[in-house]
This record gives sequence, C-alpha cells and structure tokens, in this order.
Amino acid sequence: MPEAFETDGKATVRCTVNGREAKLTGFPMARLLDVLREELRLTGTKEGCGEGECGACSVFINGKLVNSCLVPLAQVEDASVVTIEGVANGEQLSSIQEAFIETGGAQCGICTPGMVMAAVNLLERVSAPDENDIRKGLAGNLCRCTGYIKIFEAVVRACEATGVKR
Amino acid sequence: MRAYLPAYELKRPATLEEALRLLSSEPGQWKPFAGGTDLMVLLEAGKLEHRKFFSIWHLAELSGIEETPEHVTLGALTTYTELQSNATLQREFPMLCEAASLTGAIAIQNRGTIGGNIANASPAADSPPALIVYGAELELISERGVRVVPYEGFHTGYKQMQMQADELISRVRIPRHAKQWKQYYRKVGTRKAQAISKICFAAAARLEGERIEEARICMGSVAPTVVNCTKTASILSGRGVDDDTIKAAQDELRKEIAPIDDLRSTADYRLQVSLNLLKDFLLSLEL
Amino acid sequence: MQTRFIGKPVPRKEGREKVTGRARYVDDIHLEGMLYGATVRSPLPRGRIREIRFDPQIPWDEFTIVTAADVPGSNYVALIVNDQPYLADGIVNHAEEPVVLLAHPDKYLLEEARRSVHLEIEPLPPVFTLDESLEKKEIIWGEDNVFKSFLVEKGNVDDVWSSADFVIEGEYRTGAQEQLYIETNGVIAVAGAEEGVTVWGSMQCPYYVHKALIKLFNLPEEKIRVVQAETGGGFGGKEEYPSMIAGHAALLAWKAGRPVKIIYDRAEDMAATTKRHPSRTLHRTAVSRDGKLLGMEIDFVVDGGAYATLSAVVLSRGTIHAAGPYNCPNVRIKSRAVATNVPPHGAFRGFGAPQSIFALERHMNKVARAVGLSPEEFRRRNFIRENETTATSQVIREAVDMNHLLERAFELSDYRAKQERFKHENEGARVKRGLGFASFMHGAGFTGSGEKYLQSIVGAEATPEGRVRILTANTEIGQGTYTIFGQIAAEALNLDYEQIEVAQPDTANVPNSGPTVASRTTMIVGKLVEAAALSLRQTLQNSGLLADAYTPDDFSRACREYLSKYGKLKSFSQYKQPSEIDWDDEKYRGDAYGAFAWAVYVAEVSVDTVTYEARVEDFVALQEVGRVINPIMAAGQIEGGVAQGIGYTLFENVVWKGGRMINNQMTNYIIPTSADIPPIRVFFEEMPYPHGPAGAKGIGELPMDGAAPAILNAIENATGLELNQIPLMPEHLMEAFRGEHA
Repeated sequence: MPEAFETDGKATVRCTVNGREAKLTGFPMARLLDVLREELRLTGTKEGCGEGECGACSVFINGKLVNSCLVPLAQVEDASVVTIEGVANGEQLSSIQEAFIETGGAQCGICTPGMVMAAVNLLERVSAPDENDIRKGLAGNLCRCTGYIKIFEAVVRACEATGVKR
Repeated sequence: MRAYLPAYELKRPATLEEALRLLSSEPGQWKPFAGGTDLMVLLEAGKLEHRKFFSIWHLAELSGIEETPEHVTLGALTTYTELQSNATLQREFPMLCEAASLTGAIAIQNRGTIGGNIANASPAADSPPALIVYGAELELISERGVRVVPYEGFHTGYKQMQMQADELISRVRIPRHAKQWKQYYRKVGTRKAQAISKICFAAAARLEGERIEEARICMGSVAPTVVNCTKTASILSGRGVDDDTIKAAQDELRKEIAPIDDLRSTADYRLQVSLNLLKDFLLSLEL
Repeated sequence: MQTRFIGKPVPRKEGREKVTGRARYVDDIHLEGMLYGATVRSPLPRGRIREIRFDPQIPWDEFTIVTAADVPGSNYVALIVNDQPYLADGIVNHAEEPVVLLAHPDKYLLEEARRSVHLEIEPLPPVFTLDESLEKKEIIWGEDNVFKSFLVEKGNVDDVWSSADFVIEGEYRTGAQEQLYIETNGVIAVAGAEEGVTVWGSMQCPYYVHKALIKLFNLPEEKIRVVQAETGGGFGGKEEYPSMIAGHAALLAWKAGRPVKIIYDRAEDMAATTKRHPSRTLHRTAVSRDGKLLGMEIDFVVDGGAYATLSAVVLSRGTIHAAGPYNCPNVRIKSRAVATNVPPHGAFRGFGAPQSIFALERHMNKVARAVGLSPEEFRRRNFIRENETTATSQVIREAVDMNHLLERAFELSDYRAKQERFKHENEGARVKRGLGFASFMHGAGFTGSGEKYLQSIVGAEATPEGRVRILTANTEIGQGTYTIFGQIAAEALNLDYEQIEVAQPDTANVPNSGPTVASRTTMIVGKLVEAAALSLRQTLQNSGLLADAYTPDDFSRACREYLSKYGKLKSFSQYKQPSEIDWDDEKYRGDAYGAFAWAVYVAEVSVDTVTYEARVEDFVALQEVGRVINPIMAAGQIEGGVAQGIGYTLFENVVWKGGRMINNQMTNYIIPTSADIPPIRVFFEEMPYPHGPAGAKGIGELPMDGAAPAILNAIENATGLELNQIPLMPEHLMEAFRGEHA
C-alpha cells in the first residue's frame, strides 16, 4: 500500500446517543451519519445528499439541530446526540409524529425522520409558530413528495394537540 | 462518501494554546476545522485536498459576542444562529443578521461560523459584504501574539488570504457607528432558503438632508473575491439621488465588478442585476 | 352511497414505521459478508473503448471486477428495444455509461479504486441536442436517429389552411428535469448458480427487474427473485433504471459469491440515471373569425438520450395529449423520439404529457390573443364535450364540463377581480403580479391496448389470523398504494381496515399486476383488488362457511376454518378490457385511455423587475378525478405534483456540458424548499367512473401537467412577455425584458 493510504488509525469517542452512553469507534473524520447507521445500526437517520442540503440526516447535538453528514466523529466527544429513534417514548409517539400520520405529512417517508427532527426542534424553539416560522424552520429539509403543505399542517396539528394557542 | 477516510486526520487540541502550538510547530501542515459546513462537503465529494486538520469547535476562547461602547466583537466560532439572535446585532447591524439568516437553513446556521466563513474565502459567502460595509476588522492570533487587520483587503484572490501559516482568525471586531446609516442588503439566490448566492449586495449610506454624505457598497459573487466598490461609493458623496446620479454610479460599478458565467448564473445577469440593485438601493434612500 | 372507508381520510398503513425511522429502505439492510459495489463510468459521450487500465497502486486481487466479458446471459437491459448494454462493450454512447463494476468490503478503498480505473476511449463525434439529432449531423442510432415516430390523423388538416381566418404558429421547448427522489437508487443482490439471483431494491416495478435479470443471467424465471424494499420516492425515476443497477449488483454478487450492495451517492444518481425528456413542439393552428378551432398541426419531438429505454411510450403519451381537451375537427400530430449522446432520458411523472401540454396551453393563449379573445373565452368556445372526439377520435363518454371547472377555478382563485386589480397596481410597480391558468386532461392507465397486453393479475389470500392479504406487484412509493388497496378491499368485503394486509412486493409471492406507473395503480389495479377480494369472499360463501350477512369477526372465523379445512385460500382476478374500449395500434386511433382526469389550474405570480425572479404566490388546483378514495392522499398527490411542476417551471435547470450534467448536486440543482412553495389549494369534483374501484380514476401524474403553462400564462399576464421555454430562470426573464424594451 502506498504511503498515502497509511493511517493514524481510528479514534474512540465517548458520547451519549438517545440518552445512553455510547463508545463510538471510527476514523476521526468519519461522518456521524455513517457511524450512527453502521456502528449503532440506527438506520432511521437517512442520507439524501451528503452535503448538508436536504436535511434527511438531521439529528440533535446538545439540543441543536444539525446535519449529521457534516459532523465528523471527532467532534461529538462528550456530546449528547438524539436521533429519530429517540423521539418516541417507547411505543408512545410524540405529538409531531402522530400529527405527521394524521395529516399525511409522510409520503415516501425518506425525508420524514429528518423532517420530524426539524419540526420537533422548531416547536422547542418557537412554541406557537406562525406560517413563516414553519416555512423557515423546515427550509433545510427537502421533500419531493408532499409539496410541504401537509407537513405544515402536521406542525399546526401538533401545536393544537399539545394545547398551544396559535 | 468519496474520500479515502483513513488518509485524513482530525486532532482535538485541548486548549487554544495547544492549537496554536500545532500551527506553529509544522507551518502549513495543519488547518483549523470549525463547524465543518464547508470542509465536510468537500470531503464527501472527494475534493478535500488538505489532509491534516485540528478541531477548534470546542474552544471556548474563540466563542462569544462581546460589546464595548466602540465595538461589538464576535468570537470566530460565533454561529449564524447566534448572530441572528443577538439583540445588539439586530439593532445596529441588521445586514449581518439577515446574511446569517439567509445562509443555509437552521441546521447549517447551528454549525456554520463567522470565522469559518471568512477562512473559507468564498466570493459567494453571504456575510462578508455586510462585514466590509460595516468596516469590520479581524483579530489574528498566533503563538507570536495578536494582530488586528482590516477585513477589507484580507482576501487577495480566489480563496486567498493575507494570513500567515501559524495564524488563526480569533475574532471579528465591528465598530459601532452604523446606527445612523441607512442599510440595504439583498441576496439573490435561485430560491428563498438554502441558496448559494448568485449576487450578494450590501450597501449603507449616511445622509445629510437631501444628500448622501457617505456611502459604502460591497458585493459578493461578482468577482474572484468579495468586492468593496469604493469608487462607486465615492461618486455618491455629496449627491442627491436623481437619474444622473444613478447613471454615474452604475457606470462606475460596471468597472469595479467582473462577474463570470458559472453553473449558477451568467456574467450578463450578474452585471445587470448588480446595476439594478444599485439603483434600487439609491431609490430606497428616498432622497 | 354510504361508505365506511372509500372517501375517508384513512391513515397511511405504513405511517408509523415511517415517522419513527423504523421503515427499512435498501440502504438500511445489512447482510453478513456483504461487499460494496461501485460503477466505473465513461467520461466521454461517445467513442471506442481502447483500453481499460488498472492503476497498480490498488490491491486489485482483493477486488471483484466485472466487465462485459463476465455477463453470463445477454448483455442488454430487456425492456422494449434491447439496445442498452448493462456494461459497455467496445463502444460508449453516453457519458456516465457503465463500463466496469468493482466490489470490495471496504467502501472507502472502493472509492479510491474507482478513481484508479482509467478508460482509454477514442472519441467519436457526439450529438447533444434534439436539433442536432434531427439534422442527422451524425447518425448515432439506427438509420436516422429516430427511436420511434407516431402519426395521429383526424379529419384532413391540409384543407383548412387556405380558408382559415387566422393561422397561428408557435414553437415551445422544455428542458430535462431530474426526479430527485430523496432516496437515491440502491440494490442488494445475492447470486449463485444454484440458488439463482435475489435482489432487494428501491424500485417501482419489480417485474421489470425480474424480466431484465432473466435475460441477463439466462436463468429460468423461478430462479430470479425481486423484492421491493421500502422506496423513498420514484416519480418514474425508479421505473426502468432499477433494472440496470440490480443487474450490476447481481453480476458482482454472481462473480464474488457474496452479497453485494450498490447505493448511488447523489452526484452519481443525478449524473447517471434518467431524467425527463427535453422536448420541442411546433404548433400551427387554424381558427375561424368567431374563435373556433378548425385545424391543428403539431410536430412533437423528444430527446431520448443514447438508448431507446421507454422513449417510445413517453412519446406516445405526449403525442396523445398534445391536442388537449379541445374539440377540433382536423388534427395531425407527428411525433418523434430521437437519439442523443446523453444518458437515456426516462420516465418521469406525466410521461411526455407535461411537455406537450405545456406547448399546447401556451399556444392556446397565443391563439386567443391573435383572435382577439381572452384566453378563457377562446377555450370556452372550443372545450371538448360529451360525445365529441379527441385527436385520436376517441368519443368522450363522460359528462365532462370544462366550462364549469374553469368557472369554479376562477371563483376559487378570485381570478377576474385580481387580474383587474393587478392591471392597475402593476403600473410603474417594481413587482408585477398576474394570474394565468391551464386547462387540461390526463389519461389514466396504459395507453391504447397496453392494459390488454399486460393482463395484470391480482391475488387475495386468507391469513392464519383470519385477515385478508392483498397480493400485488404494485409498489408503495409514497403515493399510498397499501392504504388505497386496504380501503378498497375493506369496503368491498365490509371488513375493518386493519383486517386487510397488503403484501410486500416480492416476485416469489405476488402475481404480476403490472408496473406502478401511468396513474394505473388505483384505477386499474385497485379494481382488480376489489375483484380478487370479492372472489375470495365468494369462495368462502360457496364453501358454506360464511353466510350472506356477516360481521368482520364472522369473516375472520370463516377464513380460519377454511384454512384448517383446505390448507389455503387464494383468489385471483385478471384484467379484462371493458368491451367499449376500441384502439387501433396501427392508425393510432380510438380509445387511447379508459378514462381521463380533467383539470383547470390557476397560478398567481409575482415578477420582480429588479432581479427578474418570478415567484408563485398562490395556486388553485381543481380537478375531476372520479371518486376520491382517500382525500388526504389525493390532495397529497396533487400538492406534491404541483410543487414538482413549480420546480420544473422556475427552479430546475439541468446544466449540460459535453453531454454531462455538471450541476449534479442538490446545492446546484435547485428544487423548491418549504420557503418557496405557495399555498397550493386543492379541490376535487367527483364523477364516478364505472370501471374504476368505487368509481375512482387515476390521479398521480395529472398534477404535473398544469403548473408550467399556468405559471407562464400568469407571467404573460403580469408582464406582457410571451415566454415559451422552461425552465424559465431569472436569466431568461432578464433577456425577455430586454427584448421588450429594445
């Protein structure tokens, strides 16, 4: 093997994923997306573009919405990571997830995990979002099926379900 | 993922001192890695040529927004999200807040940093035109010490900067004299969010009665670097806004920018819309 | 009619899995010992392969390497014309054409290896555009570069020109469009001489893949098994292409003796897979002084790319829709699909119709203007009515009332009042506003005799739990197949919705109910679902285990008893063409479709004269689609299709260079975000169609047709600019404004 392929080897990073302690091993520049999917088999987080454009890989790091395709493993040391698998409480879906089912906010479902993460994040930041807040809050998550209309309805429905007055 | 990952390094220095030591010990070998919103895209495409990086994302010394009566100082790691939500910036530097809100979307704004944006040196970046109009300065730190340079002129060519190999951008300092200025910012992308700008136009004017006392105009995506259109701006000094003023300014702007065709737009469009935006800015002054 | 499920917003069957991230897409599947596969593609658009060089720095002995020489059966993708090789053999006909396949357990090293295979290709002169192809500058396919041509004749159009009061000509063009499903193409394959070939993949049409793999491996059909994994969007983009990638993964697995997964990254998917056919349409129209259509001559050409793939059928649908919902006594439509040296264009929602309808609905505005009528008044005088005939001489047997749709769409969009108001406000305004509309129809199901030849079969079986499982090869790709089938079967059998299961499409378990395309799933396959379900009940009743009147529990009990007595209970139904459908394939005349959906779409736009950006501010989509089975899903189809149509019109520009798409990233190929989509207000009219399940007609493609012409008609209303090409980017609008002021 030529010199260029030699490596300092993999790194081990400690963090929590969905509230559980995790020890993740991989190349320091490995995408968090791949580590979640391949090491932990948390395949709910999806890859749509690999360049931070589509939001299908959205997760929370320390409560902030990020694109996990743009986060190298080395930067999640000590962080708290939450993925779509951590949104429902066991079999009890979150109000946003319920609303996505009721309003038809999910069609093919591939953008849905990321979209749900963005919607949960939006409602954490803005308790009673208006239309503009919703459009802006979800603008980093591309959907090719719905035209977004039913997703907007899902966010509104989730607010109503949790008793938030708009 | 098209990169050969084992070939890349990403260290995690515990402190700023350690990071600076790394920079000076092997000059040019190590590069800082902040929020990763640009570098990871290159990595994914197999186009990240540099191999050795160190993360600065966790370094508290490079974070935070501070205010003095004369300046607002942004830590290099200030994210777009933090820029938008700062009350002082909203009040005095709305163009910077708007630029931040138009860069990517929420997830990018949570990771993209002002320092990273400057170091990435893209002529299409959204914040630099606003920073130049505001007369921002950069604080560069190295083991040798700290120096402050005007941001204007920092970028010398496409992706080139006046910075030594052992230096790190630590802070962005903005003088607080923009309050009285009328400000105009317009990013032209193909869509309303998540767009890379085809043209970015930032301008401000201080007015005296019916006249422009002083103007500043800075543009992105119309040349290999962000362009401070000083000649166009100087033509406006002391003038009211009428057809002659508009025409004179447009004629000057033509000479100051050098847009090109690329896969996002055409030179023709960029030039025409630049001229239109200049006119729109002048009309917005309502003189 | 009182219904329990039809017409109700029943929630999506697989919704829970999708919102929790538990739904398993192909890239979520991991098989033990799996290798990753990659494709080495031609960098040149046309040429002779002289040499394939493998860079010595790579440990090639660790790799599985497949070239054309390794193909065990026939090296072509079996579809309509067998001209497209799985792996180029001697000649390449488009950039990104697959030449070498590689597999290795380490996907990072695999990428390094892909970069280290060098193709030495002696270039041949390429043809990049349909105009160049028509000029026959180079002959790159067959004798004349023409994959397929059609001629539709009604009356005698040659006689009308001399006597017509007006003759109006126009030229219209549309660009390529990427489907941009958010899940890229992907497949996992297991293959071996003994066990045969099994693939799991993201796809619309398992039996297309099945047919293709039989030829590729020269194996009997029972040795090939194709399973659809959860599929993250298709829109036509996963109609024919999965046969290619499935073949590639299977060839690698065959040689390696291990499972192989190929997942395209976004850049590869956009550069190498199919897009919507670019088109050019010429119109020549004869009109009388009182605004009646006398004759229409239409020349419709689509760019098929380097291989025939589905171009013939895309062309067919585009041709038949080219004259629209108008009554015209004399029509001639000539159409051709031609070859170019770009990656083959393929199926995309609408399938040729959005292209020819764009041309027609822009042209109708032009004709109206020439005649001195408003766009709406001109159309009103020419809309097709019951018992009148379309361009293919199909007699309309539905009580269609386009005037009513038009009037209602105008009310819903406040069309007249707003147009009047904007006319005044636009004076001297920086932002000009306007409204425009398009009126159109879209045929559901395969064209002409297509359904007759398909002979689709659907099954229903009783499960040991006493439920009914529907067996079809029709895929759930987001549009709601499982839910709709569940509603139809539950309604027909008077069971609970939860008592109906829908089987995962797996060619080992489900019959061939045809592809999931052409707005046929609900109308054609749904009807077969209803019939199979009823037939299953008939068997139960004949056996004496189920009374005429029963509860859902009685039905379950009867199923269980039947199974314990006889072992299994399965019923099948097969498509039979309704007797009144009459189509002549030779003359391209007759009943092109069993039914049409009818629509009027209204767009409201704003045009910024500083930046030349056009935005859609409001959108009304009114359509008659027969009985609506599920109002949420039906509206979801329309909203999604309109959003894709808005993208097609104002955002989505494929930038070509040397026959390659160079903006093959989501960053640079722009689709609308949530911030760009206007309110899309969807309304239905329902006239039950006797041959559809519960009266339903097809719906999926319809919404792709109307947005583009409605938006350009609105821009014309706002600015006075006649724009006849999409995508209409701000750069184009700028030029149009300049032309106006020149």
